[in-house]
Amino acid sequence: MSFLLTLLTLVVALGFTWRYLGSYMASVFEGRVHFLRRIERPIYRLLATSPEQEQTWKRYASALVVFSAVSLLFTYAILRLQGSLPLNPQHLGSVGSALSFNTSASFVTNTNWQNYGGETTMSYFSQMGALTVQQFVTPAVGIAVAIVVVRGFSRRTSQTVGNFWVDITRCLLYILLPAAFLFGIIFVAQGAVQTLAGTVSFHDALNNVTQTMARGPIAFMEAIKQLGTNGGGFLNANSASTLENPTGLTNFLSIYLLLAIPVALTYTFGKMVGSVRHGVALLSVMAILFGVWVGFTSFAEHQNNPAVAAAGIHSTVGNTEGKEVRFGDTSTALFAVASTSTSTGSADASYDSFTPIGGLGLLTGMMIGEVSPGGTGSGLYTLLIYAILAVFIGGLMIGRTPEYLGKKIQAREVKLAGLGALVMPITVLIVTALAVSLAAGRAGPLNAGPHGFSEILYALTSQGNNNGSAFGGLTGNTSFYNIVGAIDMLLGRFAIMIPVLALGGALAEKSVVPESLGTFRTDNGMFVGLTIGVVLIIGGLTFFPAISLGPIVEQLSHTRFF
Amino acid sequence: MLLHLRRSFVMAIICMVLFGFVYAFAGTGVAQLFFKEQANGSIGRNGSALVGQNWSSPKWFHGRPDDSGPYAANPAKGIAGGDNPLVANGVSGQSGATNLGPRSLTLLADTKQLVRYWHELGVNPTPDLVTTSGSGYDPDISPEDALVQVSMVSRATGIAPIRLRDLIARETRGPQFGFLGSSYINVLQLNEALARLR
Repeated sequence: MSFLLTLLTLVVALGFTWRYLGSYMASVFEGRVHFLRRIERPIYRLLATSPEQEQTWKRYASALVVFSAVSLLFTYAILRLQGSLPLNPQHLGSVGSALSFNTSASFVTNTNWQNYGGETTMSYFSQMGALTVQQFVTPAVGIAVAIVVVRGFSRRTSQTVGNFWVDITRCLLYILLPAAFLFGIIFVAQGAVQTLAGTVSFHDALNNVTQTMARGPIAFMEAIKQLGTNGGGFLNANSASTLENPTGLTNFLSIYLLLAIPVALTYTFGKMVGSVRHGVALLSVMAILFGVWVGFTSFAEHQNNPAVAAAGIHSTVGNTEGKEVRFGDTSTALFAVASTSTSTGSADASYDSFTPIGGLGLLTGMMIGEVSPGGTGSGLYTLLIYAILAVFIGGLMIGRTPEYLGKKIQAREVKLAGLGALVMPITVLIVTALAVSLAAGRAGPLNAGPHGFSEILYALTSQGNNNGSAFGGLTGNTSFYNIVGAIDMLLGRFAIMIPVLALGGALAEKSVVPESLGTFRTDNGMFVGLTIGVVLIIGGLTFFPAISLGPIVEQLSHTRFF
Repeated sequence: MLLHLRRSFVMAIICMVLFGFVYAFAGTGVAQLFFKEQANGSIGRNGSALVGQNWSSPKWFHGRPDDSGPYAANPAKGIAGGDNPLVANGVSGQSGATNLGPRSLTLLADTKQLVRYWHELGVNPTPDLVTTSGSGYDPDISPEDALVQVSMVSRATGIAPIRLRDLIARETRGPQFGFLGSSYINVLQLNEALARLR
């Protein structure tokens, strides 16, 4: 009952966010929001640019790639130099080169895969100056790319798609910064830690136990971690820790925050292209997929953990292994699905200890390309790729040149969309095959049997999708996983973004075909169903063999333990 | 390309200053000014309500067995650990779960060991009491987890079970706003209240 109320509250809150944040974001990117112009203008001056200087998609893409490369370099340098930098009360040494490479690739791609334990590896300087910075920058970059595709549909015969520097500056100042700051305050008020002081030790006289507790500037990192669908927490335990996520309210707000922008972007899309109905259609695709995934994953987590049941303990409160009492099984499952269906990857429990079908829900939430609702920006542009493929397939069925929002979808667009849809599965399957073929890859898993394979598959799926959640048993801090993972993440980000930007550019150049009776409708239930079909068929066909070796075998292994 | 590079360096520095340091320092300022206690880790006389402890004596209500198998074995053998954030997950200084899969032989063995441990204490354990948490230092238990320990605590302390049940009812916090999350009891606060009862 309380879970239904949680869902209902979430739906209502997201409904308002969809309408108002969505419309606000459209205003931001159309340059109608100015309340921080005293910061905005000087930034343009320092960058020697202005909103009037528009870029072609190629200039836009090259600016994005160069900026990301420089960001990677900055992050890497800070991690390597950490030992000599200030704000390091634990006197942590510098981070090794392979781990620094993996971590900087991870944060620059909005993945936030963590092959390290935060509290024992990263100084406050690194957490703030390197990692939190990327937690702001990468969602802004992702949203900017999505906005370019939106402009592809809203502009007519235009050579330019916007200005990369202006788009990310506006997104950072007017969307991410105020929201993150506001929610940071709520997290602290609820009990999340935010201090620059180091660890603290205390003695409990009742129990005669002495404890040491890690601390740090946690709460405000937490807010942007969720809002920007980043997922990389301050602590190793991520959102399971009371220091990051102390109460039922913060857990709910985390779920809300990581869904807010991806959901609202569909309204932004609808508003900017002049057809909110099209935004509603995309939102419906996201919501239906999300609802199904929440349904079966929370059902699975409400069952007994097989190993605990075999030890003679039968549960009426679901699978409690790896979960926190204050959240309960179903809210934890909701968090987990929200986190893996967006590109967040934060965890308020141990996903490795989920039931086989629960774990399958998380894994497949990523495998369908993270479109339900996906990451900040990446969710919308990936779903638009699928929508274009759906339009193409629909066009083939009725024998007409397909159109979407009046733009003809021709060979070039379909090729770019196909490329964007195929990069992730190809990368993920190849690196997974590599990992299970090499001793260095097989050394990773903690668990034996099919679950060990699931750990490898999960890790490389998560990185390829820029998600960052983990079956945490895998030992990832090895040269093999650091380097292969970094390549996986970089391809999963930029090898998709560049075709998507090209798609935006190609669409912007086109003029609009007037709607006629023969036009294939792209704003009705039929189209929603077709798009869902495309998403499921692409994800299902490419990954079914792999998941059948992991979670499905595990589910079917009655009475067997590994 | 050179222009891109120059802009990228400038933007990277602006972002580091603004979204790294100014954001975190301003946040810390607000936190320390208005929510000092929470921001510093909710630390009371006997520790922090945020991190679970290893309560090994039957005179106290126990928390969840973070560190799993060894949690059960350690108290008897006098080995420190369990529920200590500095040894959570067996890794010094790191929070985290055991990450054992649902069909793990180790998890099966650990759980059996924990069931035996509770039976020796005369407790019929609930699922929370034989499974480990996500953080490795879950400070809370559910009301049911506390109720099954009543007879153990009552025997060891001589306090009547009815008074302990009252105490549990008083210390239980429902889901936030009636529906967010689950009912829970903070073990440290429960035991502090128990100490006052003596």
